[in-house]
Amino acid sequence: MNEITLKVNGRQHTVNVDPDTPLLFVLNDELGLKGPRFGCGMAQCGACTVIMRGQVVRSCVKPVSFVGADEITTLEGLGSPEHPHPLQKAFIEEGAAQCGFCLSGVILTAKAVLDVKPDASDQEIRDALGGVLCRCFTHTRMFRAIRKYADAKRLRAVPS
Amino acid sequence: MQSRRDFLKSSGALIVSFSALSPAALLNAQDEFGTHPSHINPQQLDSWLAVQADGMITAYTGKCDFGQGIFTAQTQLVAEELCVSIHHVKLIQCDTDLTPDQGTTSGSQSTPTNFNDENLALAAATAREALLNMAAAKWGVPVASLKAANGVITAASGARVSYQELVGNSHFNIPLNKAAKRRSPSQWTVLGKPVPSLDHVSLITGQFEFLHHVRVPGMLHGRVVRPSEMGATLNGVDDASVRDIPGFVKLVVRKDFVGVVAETQYAAVLAARKLVVRWNAGPRVPPKDKFYEYLQRQPSHDSLSVDSGDVERKLAAASKVIGATYTYPYQMHGSLGTSCAVADITREHATVWSATQSAYPTRSVVAKLLGMPLESVRVIYVRGSGCYGLNGADAASFDAAILSQAVARPVRVLFSRQDEMMWENLGAACVTEHRAALGPDGRIAVWDRENWVASLGNRPGHDRPGNVITGMLLGYEPEPLNPGPAKPPSGKLRNQSNTVPPYLAGCIGGTCGGNGTINGERVLTHTVRSPFFTGPLRSPLRIQNTFANECFMDELCASAKTDPLAFRLKHLEDTRLINVLKAAAKTAGWDARPSPLTQHQGAGEVSGRGIACVAYEGGNGYAALVAHVVVNLATGVVHPRRFVAAIDCGPISNPDGLRNQTEGGILQGMSRALVEEVTWDERRITSFDWETYKSIHLDYDIPVIECVFVTPPNVRATGAGETAITVVPSAIGNAIFDATGARIREVPFTPERLKAALLQSGHNSEKA
Repeated sequence: MNEITLKVNGRQHTVNVDPDTPLLFVLNDELGLKGPRFGCGMAQCGACTVIMRGQVVRSCVKPVSFVGADEITTLEGLGSPEHPHPLQKAFIEEGAAQCGFCLSGVILTAKAVLDVKPDASDQEIRDALGGVLCRCFTHTRMFRAIRKYADAKRLRAVPS
Repeated sequence: MQSRRDFLKSSGALIVSFSALSPAALLNAQDEFGTHPSHINPQQLDSWLAVQADGMITAYTGKCDFGQGIFTAQTQLVAEELCVSIHHVKLIQCDTDLTPDQGTTSGSQSTPTNFNDENLALAAATAREALLNMAAAKWGVPVASLKAANGVITAASGARVSYQELVGNSHFNIPLNKAAKRRSPSQWTVLGKPVPSLDHVSLITGQFEFLHHVRVPGMLHGRVVRPSEMGATLNGVDDASVRDIPGFVKLVVRKDFVGVVAETQYAAVLAARKLVVRWNAGPRVPPKDKFYEYLQRQPSHDSLSVDSGDVERKLAAASKVIGATYTYPYQMHGSLGTSCAVADITREHATVWSATQSAYPTRSVVAKLLGMPLESVRVIYVRGSGCYGLNGADAASFDAAILSQAVARPVRVLFSRQDEMMWENLGAACVTEHRAALGPDGRIAVWDRENWVASLGNRPGHDRPGNVITGMLLGYEPEPLNPGPAKPPSGKLRNQSNTVPPYLAGCIGGTCGGNGTINGERVLTHTVRSPFFTGPLRSPLRIQNTFANECFMDELCASAKTDPLAFRLKHLEDTRLINVLKAAAKTAGWDARPSPLTQHQGAGEVSGRGIACVAYEGGNGYAALVAHVVVNLATGVVHPRRFVAAIDCGPISNPDGLRNQTEGGILQGMSRALVEEVTWDERRITSFDWETYKSIHLDYDIPVIECVFVTPPNVRATGAGETAITVVPSAIGNAIFDATGARIREVPFTPERLKAALLQSGHNSEKA
């Protein structure tokens, strides 16, 4: 057992865990976060996705000791029900969910690629989402929401 | 998680009506959905609905939401009938201490059960009429002069009384009134509207509480250690292999069941991984490449859906018999999240938080496994990952109960990906053989159909724990197969599994219950013991049967050199099925002509269109689908580009929810048609993760999907979540034939299989 300090969604937390514990278990069990979820434990589906250093990380296969001083953002850290992030707002407007278990992977991966490349083409967004699964197959609405957000973001970025 | 006492306290009143049924009555008559009379009497209004002191309406349902949208739709239903906004309705779903027993949430039965003239709909209509009657009695005015809106009843005089002033916090104390009138669709202001799903905001912002987040005080973490293969028995366990893991609590062994319990998830994972277990090998599994032939040689339980008695004579008299064999593989539910459950078992009480579709049956089985009286067991439904049928939810619930009883503390069980995929109740593998012939009038005169279905286990129901893996490991047998010949068909045609093609007349004893006209008909099913567990997977057997039926129908269309739509319509009598076919064709801009388009040459891309339809379960929803596909002749890759679906499910509760289900169903069907297939070696399933079990990921360039809803007046509401998926493999298969002239008769349509079919159809893609 080690004392480990983590910065998650803007808040500092100290936990006392085996440093090899997967980050996901710490987020779920020690911090009570609900956004990242256990899907496969093998980094094959994306359900446990979080953002670190602007990049998506599969928290089910990363030991908590891997985090260090970097801040982690989870799906609930992106925005709240009252103030959803614009990408979350686009998902809400498009009704882009069924069971919803996959949403951390879909939303955070789309956000990460569009942060790096705001003018990403549909093909580039799809490529980024290659390792993400949605078994309800809500793909149609999810892409509509991502496109809507990307278009609005690009328009905002263009100086008027 | 609230206790029952907390719940009742926070809800403001004791609202559930407990009936005084005797234990004998409880065991009486189980209806077709496996519903037993329970301590919550479904004949009493108070069992379904209560008005709280603050005017909130609490409604209780036995049909639960796992992402298909029934929570929102049922909330709309109650709001509509009570003339309040959806924000004034609190829906409690599937809790054996609180909600009526509505059996299992499955088979597209929630809408027909709760949205017509019984159960939840009747309760809400009864409540509205009762409230109006109370107000009329209070003021001494006729009911017809009163109006209900926003939870307030207003008289012509302007007098007003709220629902809570009439019954707030007390019981209605009346039975459901069979004569209570539903509000008609023309009056609807809440139902029938595209209300955004009530869970979307919390799901999308990461706040939604899944079963996976349920934590109870003192809770430990458990993992199961499954056998090396199906049929293996436990030889020995080495306790010492895990004793030193920090946080390890207990090794639990009961017959062939093995599980570990630890203080943390990580310790439980390590213990499950490190535990040294020896298994006695199970029987060899028949080889996959000869599996369909194997199925056809096994002892079987046979049943005849229909038999006109003259098929052999008619086939013998025909100038040409057209025959074909279709095969469909085992497929997986493959829930994105592995199955989970939390159980808190003490000497006196058992509470299980479960994502089961069957709260009451799960309660019965938990009581049996733990040796506890039924009354002391409570099952509380909490949503898990989308299940699409019988995934691992029931097994995980039993596992958690066994582990919690063994350690006398609450235990949460979470499956590994392998626990989930190697031991789930798979969608059944099937073989179908058709023989048919056209008559001198160019119509189909005779259709003989015989199929073989692999089956082992099923939903555990109230008393069959052995139908899923946990029960089998604990020593319970799955439902026996009972091989034997078919009895002659009798009674009304039953087409629950869509075994009977819709074009058959379905005549039994002079009464014709089919959707079509062909009266030379025989439909024989052989149920065969499967080497793996099987169970309902979205559109169970309906998708397998419809693939075989609708593709073979297309072969008959081609044989008659007639347009596939026109030829179908010629053999149908069911107006609703005819109308969805016409609607899909019209929206898709169907070009009427025989298939295939031409004989293509070369290695380029060719495109085609195909159509398929289904009267789901014979009449629980209607769907037609037009698929446009592109086929690469060199690579054998099929790429659907456009789907047009027409759906008739009667009055629509929530058009946006229906559209979401239809779109998802079509793409799930596409994934199943193109890539999904369980694989195995001589010992065990080898498709146990997302590398080995293929599923279409989010990188797929998805086709355009258009939905048309056909709503005839004055019909009952039917199921809708499974109709669209049912016709996808056949519509794609027919489009491939149209594009290439090659008929593909085996799901999934892999490039290798397509290339083989192209070669067989006389294509030589290598040549050009």
